Amino acid sequence: MTLSGWSRWALRGFMGLGLVFIYVPLMLVLVNSFNGDRTFGWPPHDFTTRWWSAAWNNSGARDALLTSVKAGLGATAIALVLGTMVSFAVQRFKFFGRDTLSLLIILPIALPGIVTGIALDSAWRSVVEPLGIGKGLFSVIVGHATFCVVIVYNNVLARLRRTGTNLEDASADLGASPGQTFRYVTFPLIRSALLAGGLLAFALSFDEIIVTTFTAGPGITTLPIWIFNNLFRPNQAPVVNVVAAILIVLSVIPVWFAQRLAGPEAGASRT
Amino acid sequence: MSASAEGPGRRAGSFLHRHPRLRLAGLLSAPVLWLGVAYLGALAVLLISAFWSVNSFTGQLTKVFTVQNFRTLLTEEVYRNVTLRSLGVAAAVTVICAVLAVPMAFFMAKVAAPRYRRWLVIAILTPLWASYLVKAYAWRVLLANGGPVDWLLGGPGRGPGYGLFAVVLVLSYLWLPYMILPIYAGLERLPDSMLEASADLGARAGRTFRTIVLPILVPSIFAGSIFTFSLSLGDYITVQIVGGKSQLIGNLVYANIGAANNLPFAAALATVPVVIMVIYLVAVRRSGALEEL
Amino acid sequence: MRRHRVVRVAPVAAAVLLLAAACGGSDSTSSGSGSGGAAAPPSLAAASSVGTGEGQLNIIAWAGYAEDGTNDKSVDWVTPFEQQTGCQVNVKIGNTSDEMVTLMKTGQYDGVSASGDATLRLIYSGDVAPVNTGLVPNYASVAPFLKDRPWNSVNGKMYGIPHGWGANVLSWRTDKVSPAPDSWGVVFDQNSPYKGKITAYDSPIYIADAALYLMKTKPDLGIKNPYALDDTQFKAATDLLTTQNKMIGEYWSDYTKEVQAFKAGNSVLGTTWQIITNLAQADKAPVEAILPTEGATGWSDTWMISSKAKHPNCGYLWMNHIISPKANAAVAEWFGEAPSNKLACQQTSDKNFCTTFHAEDEAYFSNVWYWTTPIAQCLDGRKDVTCKDYSAWTQAWTTIKG
Repeated sequence: MTLSGWSRWALRGFMGLGLVFIYVPLMLVLVNSFNGDRTFGWPPHDFTTRWWSAAWNNSGARDALLTSVKAGLGATAIALVLGTMVSFAVQRFKFFGRDTLSLLIILPIALPGIVTGIALDSAWRSVVEPLGIGKGLFSVIVGHATFCVVIVYNNVLARLRRTGTNLEDASADLGASPGQTFRYVTFPLIRSALLAGGLLAFALSFDEIIVTTFTAGPGITTLPIWIFNNLFRPNQAPVVNVVAAILIVLSVIPVWFAQRLAGPEAGASRT
Repeated sequence: MSASAEGPGRRAGSFLHRHPRLRLAGLLSAPVLWLGVAYLGALAVLLISAFWSVNSFTGQLTKVFTVQNFRTLLTEEVYRNVTLRSLGVAAAVTVICAVLAVPMAFFMAKVAAPRYRRWLVIAILTPLWASYLVKAYAWRVLLANGGPVDWLLGGPGRGPGYGLFAVVLVLSYLWLPYMILPIYAGLERLPDSMLEASADLGARAGRTFRTIVLPILVPSIFAGSIFTFSLSLGDYITVQIVGGKSQLIGNLVYANIGAANNLPFAAALATVPVVIMVIYLVAVRRSGALEEL
Repeated sequence: MRRHRVVRVAPVAAAVLLLAAACGGSDSTSSGSGSGGAAAPPSLAAASSVGTGEGQLNIIAWAGYAEDGTNDKSVDWVTPFEQQTGCQVNVKIGNTSDEMVTLMKTGQYDGVSASGDATLRLIYSGDVAPVNTGLVPNYASVAPFLKDRPWNSVNGKMYGIPHGWGANVLSWRTDKVSPAPDSWGVVFDQNSPYKGKITAYDSPIYIADAALYLMKTKPDLGIKNPYALDDTQFKAATDLLTTQNKMIGEYWSDYTKEVQAFKAGNSVLGTTWQIITNLAQADKAPVEAILPTEGATGWSDTWMISSKAKHPNCGYLWMNHIISPKANAAVAEWFGEAPSNKLACQQTSDKNFCTTFHAEDEAYFSNVWYWTTPIAQCLDGRKDVTCKDYSAWTQAWTTIKG
């Protein structure tokens, strides 16, 4: 399909406009983190770096960041194990109810977050709390894991579909035990899918607010909850901006890393 | 290879290899237990509570079966209006995202030089890490009275301000990457050689697009639409931030479970987006969208 | 085939067990029943002594009631408390009374600053315990007209410590609204020039504001108490609010969002709390607030202690601290309300503060219509009709917002 030069330029321009649309609000956040006016009056009059030093000393933000990281790691760990198991089962076996299962598995991501949130909230309160386990970081991890599993499942499933079983069969033919086959053949094949899926799952858990609101115990403040609590408060809103600006700038790293992992495979399917 | 030379691990592995159904059971048990208990069980508890009611004065749950919640839902006009409004917003957001995403994804997958491709993907993915709340709040600042959008359009009040239009705009902005990615992934899997072959066989760009590109595009668009549709249908935070006085279904659920402390009614309200999404999922499954997620 | 059927059955069985547990488990210890509140609240014992602090305290408070210096470094009465008692305070801001009731029901908080439309609901559902006022030394100097009132005591038992009281005021942008308003009519005016920039409080209790306006402007409706509305009166109030909805730009429940809206000019007119106006003025926004001629709804807040409090000692210590003259004066000045402690009037930095806020004026106090939970038994004493209860108010509020 050869596109005329005109249409190539049109696409290029559209892409440029699209990127502008995507990045203008983010640039605004960066600019406002230096805005001297607490209420972000526009256009900004004076510039200051005091919000950056305030953010540095803000223990609330630091604690929230730590909580978010813990929750994300916990949810991603669960997701990696369960998601991989299910994707192997669905991809490598034929069984009664497979189609239904593959539909049910993606429900946590297909149903709105608020439904997951209130379902987990009411189930926790009526069933788990009477058993003595109060809401806390664990309930947040459980809530996040429900949709993180789906992300890992999707990624590993796609990889399994592409790689097939030939290599594993060959390994068995050559005398490797199933354990050895998994360690030396299967795992390296899915490793980058696991990493990409895990990273995306962590990102979703890190930014999740709706399910977290309903599943967090009273003392648990993840970063999104901290942001939500401080977003409108006059003295804190600029600090929130700084935190957001840091997140934007730092997030390029994991994204670039994930792309490098997916890179070689993406090229392989080109021809 | 004598049996006594095998370690227990190898014996277990061989045993499992000869009994595929046991392997399957082992693989499925933990995830299915998780799915059944943690998720489906919770949904079932929620659905059951939709048939209960709440004592309005003390706020205690009255666990007596009643269909009053659903009756209110179906007879009161406001709930119909809010549902239709939410559906409209979700549909509008999906269409806008699709319209914006297809050219961008096509450019990224087919037109851009390969060395820029990765950076373009990074550029699209990075905003996903910027907090959802901060992005919505950035739009609140952009759309504020006398803010940048007003300033661009000529003065305070010229811009759209807060309301349903702002909600659709901000939601489209937020979910755009979720629509671009599946389309990009789908287009990327389409080998360039196929497009060249089609041109070699004499098809013009339009024909190639219709017979080769579109069949790849449609399931990907549906896959992306699952995200945009469901995320928009249940959203209440963006509505609170830029929606002015509008309320969508998510707000009603949130208000009923929070302020009104009426869990049964909130659960009844929540069944509406669930039913809509299940119908949508079943409908798009046929197009193969679920493989493109 | 059989093996994975077994596997498939297990989670289903687990889910069924979950359901059985959810259905079977009884939910309450309370015997309080009926929506009229006619039955007695569950009998709970008040504490008999206050020991040493447990090291932590989780409370639900109105915005501005428990300041710890993060909003303004000089506004802090929480840190001195933490230093004196060792109780680390975690504050959850409740935006509306309904939110506070819901949060208290989770049993995870030790105390709450409840307004009159939350107190009785909490008392009758057994979520709060009676308070032994003998254990709170500063209670002795609380204004007498705040003690043993219908909203904070039942059957002679006090369920809380009065915190302060105030009215919902009308605020406007002086540079955008002229002439300066003096009546609630400006927010109910169908032909208002400020259409799209008016704001109102996002809670069903706001219906009382409309009822109050009708009470003064349409006397033939016969409204005697804005929380006691029969069908006709209720319909008139909700119709007024439905008309008002067309002119509303935003409803607010988060006070900081309203501060920001007034500063940016997204809202130029509407109901507010004094603290919101004070904060906006502190940031150089041209805002003013008055109590209109028709009077106003308001709140009389009480600190209550949870029946499931995990840190009751810290709870009692906090209640004593917050109504101590210095802290009570600080809160009252920061928020813009009348303090409950008579001695606080000598501690305010503005010497005329108590006079401005009528802190010791019992007559003025009786003219504000404090938030109360509407119930089916009409609060104005009428026996021939039933009034709309709070669930009707809640349903109507959703319909009003459209």
